[in-house]
Amino acid sequence: MTLLPEKLACITGAAQSEVGRPSKRSALQLTADACLAAIADAGLRPEDIDGIATYPGKSSEGGGIAPVSPSEAAAVLGIEPRWILASAEGFSHMAPIFNAITAIACGLARHVVVFRSVAQAQARLVSRSSTLMSGSRERVDGNNAWTVPYNALSPINTFALYAQAYFEKYGANEAQLGAIAVNNRANAAHNPNAIYRKPLTLDDYLASRVISSPLRLLDCDSHIDGSTAIVLSHRDAAKDLRNPPLHIESMGMAVGGLWVGRFEGDFTEMPAARRAGRMLWERTDLKPAQMDCAQIYDGFSIHVWMWMEALGLVPPGEACRFVEGGKRIAIDGELPLNTGGGQLSAGRFHGYGHIHEATVQLWGRGSGRQVRDAKTCVISNGGYGYGAMILRRD
Amino acid sequence: MSEAPVRKLPKLEPETAFFWTAGADGALRIQRCTDCGTYQHPPFPLCAKCHSEAVAPEAVSGKGRLASYTINHEPWVPGLPVPFVFGVVELAEQAQLYVFTNVLAEIDAVRVGMPLTAEFERHDDVWLPMFREDAAHG
Repeated sequence: MTLLPEKLACITGAAQSEVGRPSKRSALQLTADACLAAIADAGLRPEDIDGIATYPGKSSEGGGIAPVSPSEAAAVLGIEPRWILASAEGFSHMAPIFNAITAIACGLARHVVVFRSVAQAQARLVSRSSTLMSGSRERVDGNNAWTVPYNALSPINTFALYAQAYFEKYGANEAQLGAIAVNNRANAAHNPNAIYRKPLTLDDYLASRVISSPLRLLDCDSHIDGSTAIVLSHRDAAKDLRNPPLHIESMGMAVGGLWVGRFEGDFTEMPAARRAGRMLWERTDLKPAQMDCAQIYDGFSIHVWMWMEALGLVPPGEACRFVEGGKRIAIDGELPLNTGGGQLSAGRFHGYGHIHEATVQLWGRGSGRQVRDAKTCVISNGGYGYGAMILRRD
Repeated sequence: MSEAPVRKLPKLEPETAFFWTAGADGALRIQRCTDCGTYQHPPFPLCAKCHSEAVAPEAVSGKGRLASYTINHEPWVPGLPVPFVFGVVELAEQAQLYVFTNVLAEIDAVRVGMPLTAEFERHDDVWLPMFREDAAHG
């Protein structure tokens, strides 16, 4: 196999700020908290960092989804980047990581900090006017024009279409879907940074209110304030740092379908995610069965099923039965899943919580939620744009 | 007196206005490539299949099947009447040619695969395509 860029880069540090619903700290403070802690975790100093990247950058949109630019973060961290990137294209949350890998492989940067900050909880205390739910009569355009006039005012309405189609095609049921929320919450109980840690039973799940059938309140992730930062380093520079380097065994990405062009498939899968999954396995000799744990995107619970199938962790239509009862996806199961609580219980970091949790597991920092001898982890990210990564520790 | 909530309407943009005003004469219209015959929705300035720029709105049958649906129970804005059915219709003209809609049906009667036919709900200069069960196929 030719030398792929990801084989030249490693994850060397990772950290999360406090996570609040809401937090009293500003998005920039939270960003600095996470970045400084991740840099220190790697055994580096801020002046060692020569690249910085984020998803999606900063926008004037007031909802707290894009509160900090990489330039602002660089300024507050006192670093002088030679390489900088904000990538919002295609809702591909993992793109800054892939681009950082490429920058490192090309020699543009040696140590890059990638962060994702959100301030959606504090923004909602002030106003909802920046969201589609403001009650404003301003007309909608772009992709919103196709759904919002039908009062599909939340992404849950769109992903509920997938859940319903999946249920009918494969004979899945709500107790099987509830296994995701219950599993995630059980893991979150051992994650001090998770926002929801109170144990949850399947009965609790089934008693929670239906928002958009078949999806319930407990199928949804939650707005938070917080920041996650990941330090990536060239493998030659990673050897002597504080943590054992986490190799980026492979990466895969794709956009298409939902929101990016037009809908594909029969609403039981995300075809572009399947393409990301194919790319992922083409770039490694590892096989799905060799994954010690999986951090699978759960903006809504149904994403987990579709991603598990897109990644080939289970055959199409089998995710519902694989997760049923929760035994096989528990910490001591055959494929421990969303070991930090996922977004359903730990909050909406747009997949960066999943990446952070992979580092927790591979560095043995999981305490009560630690998967024994975890050496490999597959991570997936995104509901509209798709990224996946395999991390491996020697 | 509180005003009844109204739908947030689509902007009539150069490439999409034909879709939202097609109901004025009662015919659903979808963009079609006059070179290769492929329908595409949402519209693009060229055919995504053959790259011809000879794309134009064409009246379609308004028939289709319900590819999937959800019953929305959440009143996202005050006064939003719930529950309602949000669905995606696969139009009869072409596989995976989808439009979103509200299905005008009793909640308990909605099912994946149900045959549907289009009608229009007018708001100002917008004719929203809506779908209900196609009795001809009932």
